[in-house]
This record gives sequence, C-alpha cells and structure tokens, in this order.
Amino acid sequence: MESDLKNSFLLIGSIASFSVRFFREIFKPGFEFKEFIRQCFAVGYRSLPLVTITGFIMGLVLTIQSRPAMSKFGAESWIPSMVSLSLIREIAPVITALICAGRISSGMGAELGSMKVTEQIDAMEVAAINPYRYLVITRTMATTLMIPILVFYADLIGIMGGFVGISMHSGGNLQHYFSTVFDSLEYEDILPATIKTFFFGFFIGIIGCYEGFNASGGTASVGKAANSAVVSASLSIFIIDMIAVQLTDLFF
Amino acid sequence: MQTREIIQDTHREPAAEGVLIEFKDVYKSYGDNKVLNGINFSINKGENLVILGKSGSGKSVTVKCLVGLTKVDSGEIIVFGKDITKLNEDGLNSVRMKIGFLFQSAALYDSMTVRQNLVFTLQHHNKKLTEAQMESYVMDALKNVGLLESIDKFPAELSGGMKKRIGLARALIIQPEIMIYDEPTGGLDTITAREIIDLISEIKIKYKTTSIIITHDLTCAKYNSDRIIVLKDGVVKTEGHFRDIENNTDEWVRSFFEK
Repeated sequence: MESDLKNSFLLIGSIASFSVRFFREIFKPGFEFKEFIRQCFAVGYRSLPLVTITGFIMGLVLTIQSRPAMSKFGAESWIPSMVSLSLIREIAPVITALICAGRISSGMGAELGSMKVTEQIDAMEVAAINPYRYLVITRTMATTLMIPILVFYADLIGIMGGFVGISMHSGGNLQHYFSTVFDSLEYEDILPATIKTFFFGFFIGIIGCYEGFNASGGTASVGKAANSAVVSASLSIFIIDMIAVQLTDLFF
Repeated sequence: MQTREIIQDTHREPAAEGVLIEFKDVYKSYGDNKVLNGINFSINKGENLVILGKSGSGKSVTVKCLVGLTKVDSGEIIVFGKDITKLNEDGLNSVRMKIGFLFQSAALYDSMTVRQNLVFTLQHHNKKLTEAQMESYVMDALKNVGLLESIDKFPAELSGGMKKRIGLARALIIQPEIMIYDEPTGGLDTITAREIIDLISEIKIKYKTTSIIITHDLTCAKYNSDRIIVLKDGVVKTEGHFRDIENNTDEWVRSFFEK
C-alpha cells in the first residue's frame, strides 16, 4: 500500500517533469510543422467516425432515457434544452475525451514504446534530431488542438441525435428544435466546457507520449505502455473535469 | 572475389594521423552493477577499432557513452578534441552530426519508407538542400549499399541483411567522420554477414572514416580491424592486432577462439 502510494507520487512527478520539458522545448526554434499536420490528421480526421457514432448515440440515448422522467413533470418541451446543456457542459467533452484517451493515448503509448524498444528513438538522438521535439511536441500539440474541435463536433452530432430521439416519439421540426436548443444556451455554458477540453487534449497527448517514451525492456513493455497510457489519461480526464467543475462553479 | 581483395588490402596498419577519440578513466554503473570500471583507450584518425567482449562486458555501453546516449558517472570522453561529457545538448549535437551509427537492429523508422528514412536524416542535417539534391544524395547512398530497388519499401518488407544495409546508407548519407557499428553481422546468415563485412571495408576506403566495430564475430573482427581491444568487466583486458589477440596465451582471451 505504502509502496503503491509512493509509486503513484513518483509517476505524477515524472509526468509533471515531462510536461515542464514540453513548455521549455515548444518555444525553441525549429517546430516540426509537417509532422504536426500529419498528427492533426491522425488525431482529428481519423477519430471522426468513432466520435460521430458515439456522439449520435449519446444524444439519442440521453433524450430517450430522460423522456419518462420529464413527462411525469409535464416538461417534455424542455428536453431539447436539457439535452443540449448536458451534452455541451459535461457529457460530450468527457465521453469524447475518454474515447480519444482509448484510441489516441494508447496508440501513442504503443507507437513510441515500440520506437523506444527498437532503438528508433536512440537513432534519432544519435542523428542529432531531438526526438522530444519531433515526437512529443507535435503529438501533444495535435491532441491539444484537435480534441476541442472533436468535442464541438460531438456536441453538434449529439444534438442531432437528440432531435432523432424526439422525432421518434412525437415527430419534430428541426428549425423549432434548434431554436429551442440555442435559446437555452448561454456564453457561460460553452466557455468553461471548451477551456477544459484543451486540458483534456494536452493530457491525452502528454501521457501517451510519456508512457511510450519511458517504455523499457522488451516488447512486453509496449503493451504495458499502451495500457498505462489509457488508464492514466482516463484518470486525468476525470480529475481535470472535477477541478474544472469546481472552478466553473466559483467563477461563472 | 573483387571485394575480398579489397578486404585484404584494407587490413593494414592504422594511419597514425593523431588521436580522434579518447576514453579516460570512464566509469558507469546501473545501480550496483558496475558496467564500465575505469576504461581507457584511444582511437587514431582513420583507424578501424574492433571492440570484442562477452555479453555484459560493457561494449554497447561504451559506444552509447561515446554518442551521449548514456551519461557517464565520471571520466572524460574526448571526441574531435572536445570532452563530450561536459557538452550541452547543442554542443553534443554538433559532435553527433559527424558520427554515423549502425544499430544492431538497424533501428529504421517503421512508419517511413526507405527513401523517407534517408531524407528525414538528411534534411535535419542540412536544411538548405533542395528536393533534387536530397534525391541525388539518397540515390547515391542506396547505390553504395546496392539496394536502389528498395527505395519505396517499408522496413517491414525488408530482410535482416537489407535492413542493415539501409541502416548503413542512412548513417553514411550525412558523410560522417566516425562510424560506429554495433554488432553489424549479428543475427545474419554467413553469406549476408560476409556481404556486410565487405561493405564495411568498402566504406572505410570510400568515406575514409574512423570506425568502432562492436562484434562477437571473429571473421568480422579479422577482416575489419586495424586494432582490437578486448573488454572484460568494464576495462580493457588486452589490445593489439588480430594476430596478437589470436596468439594471446591468456586462457580467458583464448576462449574467444575456441569453437
């Protein structure tokens, strides 16, 4: 128990130190722009099918599940507002980030872990190419930028899913639905939720890279890096979310 | 046959043009495991030095210290007149730009084709090169290792010997002054190993490199060495020409030559 706690604090310290290096390196000249664009494509575009399906299901299921309770209070007309607020403030950011932690963070952990154990990272270093700049900065920048965009997209798809859920029961008018949704949304619903997604993105990237970069031993460590990346990134998403909710409550 | 003659021709006295690399009392431990125990040796410019030693004797750690992949606990490593143990990252990179490294596994970048592997290294060394110039360098490097037809293949499509050759091409494309070969014939069949041995000899003639070769392969040591050092427990046990080592009376050294 004591050693588990010690290891957890050591892990947090190592990730913090790895993250500090990110901010030291990012301002140095020689940004790997081509690799950054390639990573944006891999993180953003390639996640679209998964985010589309999950986003749609989130909106649809939320609408169907909340209908009975709302009907009891005669508040069915509030379903569009409730669904959109729930999606934008909490559900879409967290679920999208968790899906991306599973897909992206584990992928980065495995890819970089494999590069580490097959000496590809050493080969870069020996060739005077900074592997941190080429591999970590580009990937973390890509996740930091792409996750908020994916969350916006998931919000939109989720709201569409909500419309389908309403239409299935009582028929629906798309224009009226969107008018109800946007009337209920305030500036303070969108801003804090958007800000926290940048943090989700940053930690998904940095933790995936950290686990891969620090893989050691044989090929077994590659699987371990991928697994640890998902677990640590998912946990960090919940912790950031909890902090974000507290701060939003204080300032908005 | 022609390349075999080249090998015989290159097996000669080292060119005494001054010391290029020098290890002075270098120590390195991993926990309680002392890997390098005050190692001392030097390499002259233009010389091919083979490092022999059993597993765990500190051969790979020695070359990793030389390129700054592993930090030493104490001691000095002088390369091109600079103590690399005291250099910052930029200083270390300026030294690394003159060193080519062939890894045991070749360490080709999996996600890139052969062409991209070479271009990636080249464009990070010289950002002023045009696309056409880079293409010409890549073609030359691949011609030198006889694998021009593999230019658009991924590493996963190559055999072990081909990977080593591409690894060599990638190391040579920056025209290094020092070449480091980590087990160049390791894991290869006899014929492919012989091709790599020939290639190392050709490289020495063509690029006039100073080389360090880590190997267990006595054929490789015989044909590619100007001098051999034998490591035991992180120190130099003995050194000399291949024939000196072969005729050494020490039982431990003799064990290398027993079948």
